[in-house]
Amino acid sequence: MDIFKIESPFLKEAGEISRFTSRFFKEASKPNQEWEVFLNQCFWVGYKTLTLVGITAFIIGLVLTIQSRPTLLEFGAESLLPAMVSVSLVREISPVIVALICAGKIGSGMGAELGSMRVTEQIDAMEVSGTNPFKYLVVTRVWATTLMVPVLSSVGNAVSLYGGYLGVNIRGHVSWNLYWFQVFDALSFGDVLPSLIKTFFFGFAIGIVGCYKGYNSQKGTEGVGRSATTAVIVASLLVFILDLIAVQVTDLLGLT
Amino acid sequence: MENGEPVIVVEKLNKSFGPNHVLKDFSMEVNSGENLVILGKSGSGKSVLIKCIIKLIDGDSGNINVLGQNIDDLEQDKLDELRAKVGFLFQSNALYDSMTVRENLEFPLRRHWSKEERADKAEAAVIEALEDVGLSHTINMMPAELSGGMRKRIALARTLILRPKVILYDEPTTGLDPITGREISQLMLDVQKKYNATSIVISHDLNCIKMISNRIIMLIDGKNYVSGTFESLHLNTDPKVKEFFD
Ligand SMILES: Nc1ncnc2c1ncn2[C@@H]1O[C@H](COP(=O)(O)OP(=O)(O)OP(=O)(O)O)[C@@H](O)[C@H]1O
Ligand SMILES: [Mg+2]
Repeated sequence: MDIFKIESPFLKEAGEISRFTSRFFKEASKPNQEWEVFLNQCFWVGYKTLTLVGITAFIIGLVLTIQSRPTLLEFGAESLLPAMVSVSLVREISPVIVALICAGKIGSGMGAELGSMRVTEQIDAMEVSGTNPFKYLVVTRVWATTLMVPVLSSVGNAVSLYGGYLGVNIRGHVSWNLYWFQVFDALSFGDVLPSLIKTFFFGFAIGIVGCYKGYNSQKGTEGVGRSATTAVIVASLLVFILDLIAVQVTDLLGLT
Repeated sequence: MENGEPVIVVEKLNKSFGPNHVLKDFSMEVNSGENLVILGKSGSGKSVLIKCIIKLIDGDSGNINVLGQNIDDLEQDKLDELRAKVGFLFQSNALYDSMTVRENLEFPLRRHWSKEERADKAEAAVIEALEDVGLSHTINMMPAELSGGMRKRIALARTLILRPKVILYDEPTTGLDPITGREISQLMLDVQKKYNATSIVISHDLNCIKMISNRIIMLIDGKNYVSGTFESLHLNTDPKVKEFFD
């Protein structure tokens, strides 16, 4: 009996994704990358999610501010509202929300797109025409999400803080300048940098999972649907797991 | 290569998917300039066989030699060079549905032609390939806007754009009306003449087979069961052969 034989589907999947990831690094380090396709993908990732990111981030900023006010009021600390809200938004809420939106929209999109290319043999057609489909399709997409999720998350930060500004001013009055002064006073380097770094990992995970699911899609339209759905589930779960790891790491490094 | 010399040699090819032993010691030779038809039931492994020839699927054991090169010995670069000389028409056409017809046809050029060459000659090559299949007016259309027969012909144009010496056709006429089927068959004959190409054609379509085949191999039970001309197999009394021609 082979005791090393992996039976658990979860472990098997994890193993397959790791192998896919290491293939990514191997292919990504070869010369002659597809820069044009990469830029194109970056554009698409931004184009598809920007509106959604903007609206969601704005609402979250607004709502969080409005809801935090009564609690702070109880402690007579209403003036701390901009500071408190900005730290929660920038450190945690905005990056995670943006990553989840991208997992839903980009991850599933990639799962479905590559999945249908797989089942209609378009990936095989690329291979026989001498273009490395992994480099052309996967490497470009993974780099695009890795770069664009942090960009989108930064946009999300800015928009949600603007929502916070409006939220503060619904009941109280804080001038534009004072609000931003308080926000930047509250945010330290140790808040912004870890949150930025983790979004790169979020983006990478979303790209890898979306591409992995699509690239290895099972035959048939049902397989494509399944690729798209599981891409969203796995990518979202990974975002939370990475977030958990990130908070532990920043904690250990004393960046709190 | 002289006409009549072997261009593709398959020796004792085996391929299984789990317990499903699809190809069992399959052997064949394809000679230069000939149109060889492979006939077999659905699921008998015809597509698997030609995918092994172009190394989209790795065989479990056996040897495949294409244009004098053993495909298992080739590095990726050499394999790509070889693939440029071998055209493959997919059963499902496999047109890139996010690209226009023009971009579809240009795609194979990106690996095999330099940037300058493409700037100079790609446009003319695309137009010529489209003229060959009689669809010049579709150049800026998306595959989704084309009918099934048109898609097949565009796929054929894409297969031919690099002027392959060997062409593998996977069911080129299946699902088309008899008239379009005949047009495609005629196209394949024209290509054979115009470029002196060698072809393997998978087909169930007796009209097409009759029209284009120089020789037929019957793939039955994973083996090269029998081979011969259309006429000789037509007269064959073996029930396994006979059922295809009834
Ligand atoms: N990727 C794969 N994984 C598992 N089994 C496969 C795979 N590809 C083909 N098979 C199996 O191999 C056998 C032969 O398939 P193949 O596609 O070659 O049939 P075919 O002769 O081309 O049939 P058709 O005329 O219907 O196209 C089938 O039983 C199929 O289930
Ligand atoms: Mg087939």
